[in-house]
This record gives sequence, C-alpha cells and structure tokens, in this order.
Amino acid sequence: MSVKLNTRQVGDVNVIDVAGRITLGEGSSALRDTIREMVGKGQKKILLNLGEVSYIDSSGIGELVSGFTTVTNQGGQLRLLNLTKRVKDLLQITKLYTVFDVHEDEAAAIRAFV
Amino acid sequence: MVHILDSTLESVDSAEALALQAARVAGLDEDDLQKVAMAVRESMVNAVVHGNRYNAHKKVRMSISPGPVQFTVRIADEGEGFDFENIPDPLAPENLLRSSGRGIFLIRAFMDEFQVRRLNPKGTEVTLTKYLVSK
Repeated sequence: MSVKLNTRQVGDVNVIDVAGRITLGEGSSALRDTIREMVGKGQKKILLNLGEVSYIDSSGIGELVSGFTTVTNQGGQLRLLNLTKRVKDLLQITKLYTVFDVHEDEAAAIRAFV
Repeated sequence: MVHILDSTLESVDSAEALALQAARVAGLDEDDLQKVAMAVRESMVNAVVHGNRYNAHKKVRMSISPGPVQFTVRIADEGEGFDFENIPDPLAPENLLRSSGRGIFLIRAFMDEFQVRRLNPKGTEVTLTKYLVSK
C-alpha cells in the first residue's frame, strides 16, 4: 500500500492523517504537495497524524524535515501526532525527535498550537 | 541468488521484498528483518537514483547470500561512482534540518557490516551483512 492522506480541520488546525508508506516517489511527494498547498492557502497550523504509517525511509524522513522547515519559515507550526515505534526509533537515531514537537494525544496536540 | 534489476523505483520495492523474503527464510528475527529491508531499500535507492540515474540501459545487480552465520546482500550499480568517505554527517547540527543525506547513515546504523567497493570499469558495489548470531 502506498501512502494515503486525509485532511481535516479542527478549529484553526489542519490535521493530515497519513496512512501507509512514506517512501521515495509517490509517498513522499504526496505529503510534500499537501503541506505546501496548505501553507500556500495560509493554513500554517499543521498536525501530522502518523499513527497509521507502516513504513518510512530516509526520503520520507527528509519530507518530514522539509515540511517542518517550510511551515516554520512561513511563521507556522508543524507538529507530529501518534508516532509508531518504528518512526519514533528512526527520528531518535537521526536526532530529529527533539526537533519536532511530538504528541500522543490529539486534543492535547491541538491545544498546543498558539 | 542473483537478481538483475532495472533502474526504476519499482525495482527498489522488488529488491526490498526479495531480500525480506530471503532474510525471513534465513531465520532473522522481526527487528533484524526490518533493518535489513530498510538497508536494502536505501542501497537500492542509491544505486538507481545516484548510481545509474534511472538510466534504462543500466542495471542493478543484487545477490543474496544467506548463510548459517551471516546474511549478506550485495548491490552493484553501473554508475560513475560516489565518494562514500566524504558524506556530510547528518547528525551534525548544521545538517540536522537537511532534507536528504541520511541513507548511508541509516544503512550503517542498521547493518553489522557495510562495505563499499569500486567496480572496474565503472560502478559501485555495496555489501550489507547482518550476523545471525552474536559475533
């Protein structure tokens, strides 16, 4: 299964529910396009729900970083929700875990946006 | 087991699946299976994207050698070569927010051994080894 993205709005926060594989090619470009489209519309509070992500490679990690810098450079915020053990391990060994604001509870994550 | 693969992203998926299947038969545990799969994936991406540059005339050769002591995968491209020794450290603060450059780091982190060999007249071969028992 490739990546599947579903977007929804909770208050002024845009939640992207990501499922499947974020890998080089379709998976990572779909995520990139969705984040850039949101930022282009001025939607700069983005919560990436990665709870259903089964696989992520170095390209996918790069897209998370790229999304983070794109949103941050536009004065917005990008937070992560529901990391699987696999994604969490990868972010830890690449020292990116502390770069992102990571949450396990959606309501708390939504409240964290200012 | 030798597989000759096209320089496409589909081959990356195929190689990963083939290696995963062989590693499972060889008896690697679930954690090591995932590590081998990802190391093969990252190596294949390097071969297809950076080595052969998606050139339809160039192939990627993958050989899988399951043994009683170690599980080895060799992946060779037909590209111009790559300087593996001078890759920026992705953990350095100035590189942390780069959107690429983590593939080799992850391969080294996930495998017990990682070797690179320049091929004559051209190409690069990487050897990925995972021990089935403690060294």
